[in-house]
Amino acid sequence: MELVRPLLVKREVRAEVTTMRQQTDKSVTLTLRPNKNWQGLRAGQFVNLSVEIEGVRETRPYSPAGSEHAAGHALELTISTHPEGKVSRYLRERARPGMIVGLSEAQGEFVLPAQRAQRVLLISGGSGVTPVMAMLRTLCEEGHAGEIGFLNYARSPELALYDAELNALAEGHKNLHVARGFTRASAGAGSPGDPRLGDSRLKGRFDREHARAVMSEYGEAATFVCGPPALIEAVRAVWREDGLQEPTVETFTPPAPHFNALQFDKEQATGMVSFAASGREAANSGLPLLEQAEDAGLTPEHGCRMGICNTCSCRKRSGTVRNVITGEYSSAGDEQIRICVSVPVGDVALEL
Amino acid sequence: MSKTAPNLTPEQLESFGEELDALCARVTADLGQRDADYINKVIRAQRGLEVAGRALLFVSFLPPAWLAGTAALSVSKILDNMEIGHNVMHGQYDWMNDARLNGKTFEWDTACPADQWRHSHNYMHHTYTNIVGKDRDIGYGILRMSEDERWRPYYLGNPLYAALLAIFFQYGVALHDLETEQIAAGKASLRDKRGMMKDIWGKVRGQTLKDYVLFPLLSGPSFPLVLAGNATANLARNLWSFTIIFCGHFPDGTHEFTEEEAENETRGEWYYRQLLGSANLTGGKLFHVMAGNLSYQIEHHLFPGIPAHRYTEISKEVREITERYGIPYNTGPLHKQFGSVVRKIVKLAIPPLPGRGSGPDAAKPPAGRERAEERQLLATA
Repeated sequence: MELVRPLLVKREVRAEVTTMRQQTDKSVTLTLRPNKNWQGLRAGQFVNLSVEIEGVRETRPYSPAGSEHAAGHALELTISTHPEGKVSRYLRERARPGMIVGLSEAQGEFVLPAQRAQRVLLISGGSGVTPVMAMLRTLCEEGHAGEIGFLNYARSPELALYDAELNALAEGHKNLHVARGFTRASAGAGSPGDPRLGDSRLKGRFDREHARAVMSEYGEAATFVCGPPALIEAVRAVWREDGLQEPTVETFTPPAPHFNALQFDKEQATGMVSFAASGREAANSGLPLLEQAEDAGLTPEHGCRMGICNTCSCRKRSGTVRNVITGEYSSAGDEQIRICVSVPVGDVALEL
Repeated sequence: MSKTAPNLTPEQLESFGEELDALCARVTADLGQRDADYINKVIRAQRGLEVAGRALLFVSFLPPAWLAGTAALSVSKILDNMEIGHNVMHGQYDWMNDARLNGKTFEWDTACPADQWRHSHNYMHHTYTNIVGKDRDIGYGILRMSEDERWRPYYLGNPLYAALLAIFFQYGVALHDLETEQIAAGKASLRDKRGMMKDIWGKVRGQTLKDYVLFPLLSGPSFPLVLAGNATANLARNLWSFTIIFCGHFPDGTHEFTEEEAENETRGEWYYRQLLGSANLTGGKLFHVMAGNLSYQIEHHLFPGIPAHRYTEISKEVREITERYGIPYNTGPLHKQFGSVVRKIVKLAIPPLPGRGSGPDAAKPPAGRERAEERQLLATA
């Protein structure tokens, strides 16, 4: 059978869920034991995790939060749930020890350089805590001698992740300074000195003082920022004002909301269409992706131009599209689509 | 061609198309666990049958084992080619995001390279269905299957060519996308087709080595028996797939079209052409599975992207819609439909009688709107 269907015996990375816990009401933390095909990862990288939900193999990227030196290559994932998040909600409700999931190899350039910097500043917001948590744990495990600052934002103390772990690390490593900010107005103001985090509690959103709170000489640190676009922008603004080198950043976009209420209209087309393989990019014109690709000077393979023959079928890396025949909205992740009948809804990245 | 089609107004054809689009959207939105379970079950059955068939053929010095092994392998190849291969390659299961079931990369257990099949079948045949001169499934460039094709003395051999095509069907399919008749007519050069021929040769060689060298050798003393079993399984698959496929578009009552008739057609007119050009087979559940649900050729041509096991339930609604619009819905048992195909093969071997028009009596769909306008419609719908 291998002679005729090589795909059926493809080597795949899979992992078994070994533990499951819920740190907050809106997250789930899993440990995974990958199979022998797993090649390991560097702290800060992400993996694409796949689970089958209602017959569909859904794939989402998650950044493991464990040290890159973890025994047995165990992976720890903390997944924040979103009301629209199909996979995150499924994992919180259904993941149990023994469950098997699919994994990609580790990917991404958001990593600690092999030559560790003396001073390291790690800034994160929301679920963006996971890759910097991996960096922090890796540095602590290596007995890093230099100063480490760890600044994390959550909406409220109830939603803050890794409290106990951060306290324990801060106690064991005198060179580590941890502070947390709570961005929801009511959360930060009233009660300074959270019993769990001592005096490390900050008010409001990121500013220069927050950076100073964890590292007075922050300008000399190698800085890593992971979080929503607003946080990234706030850090970049301060760094620009101070004339510092760009921090290393990673951002994520929340899952697409339901568009069903929107009557699609070319005038309302938003976002950018990027063609990853050719490196081209164009503003979404509201036409089917095949025509947008042709308008961008590409010549994708195609046939019937009416959604029948599947010749133009192409991998979508990210973004939501609407099928003009069925009116269906796709998921936001990596999947195969017929570009002659798919219109982008916001940003879309294609493998073309 | 006994049935005549009603002349529908452009408005009627448009609402007919909208009803079919709505049906397609409803079924597509409902795809899920049930469909994934179904195709996984068929794949497990096919692989089980293949392993069992090949294992039984290893002990085929026992006559019952030879029979059972050959039967299991025949069924395995039929399932692989029809219910799995053909349907998966249409992209019917792309929504599952399962790399094994990706329509663009799937490869099957037959002589035809999957990439060439995707072009000749998914694109050419499904887009230009029954348009004489464009859809090469009309006679495979070998047979005269339409009165619109001019008779030549060569076609006296029609029944013989058909029998040979049935026996060597997998090779006929393998050569299909090459358009050999174009080469023979001097319209295409062999040099242009070199890449395709290399791919075909690679696939044919791999298949031949597997079925006629490797597995027979592995069985040692049973070599001739395994070889005969594998050849019989390939023959059974060839005859069966030929029979089912020729019942899809050639039974009495199906229509052919000219390129002018299909020019600038609207979506509704496209659906209408698919309906007039296709024919179904009636039968039980097992029959439909073994036919890859191509026994629901009409539903398959309306919705080639919908998982084929859904056609049974869709067919009730399609039938109801066609009845309301007075459009013929061609269906019948295998012996009747195939009987009429055989009659057509024989009849078209003989030159047309003088005085009797040899032109098509297919109903002409009304002239369509501009293609550009249709595309506009798609983009903003």
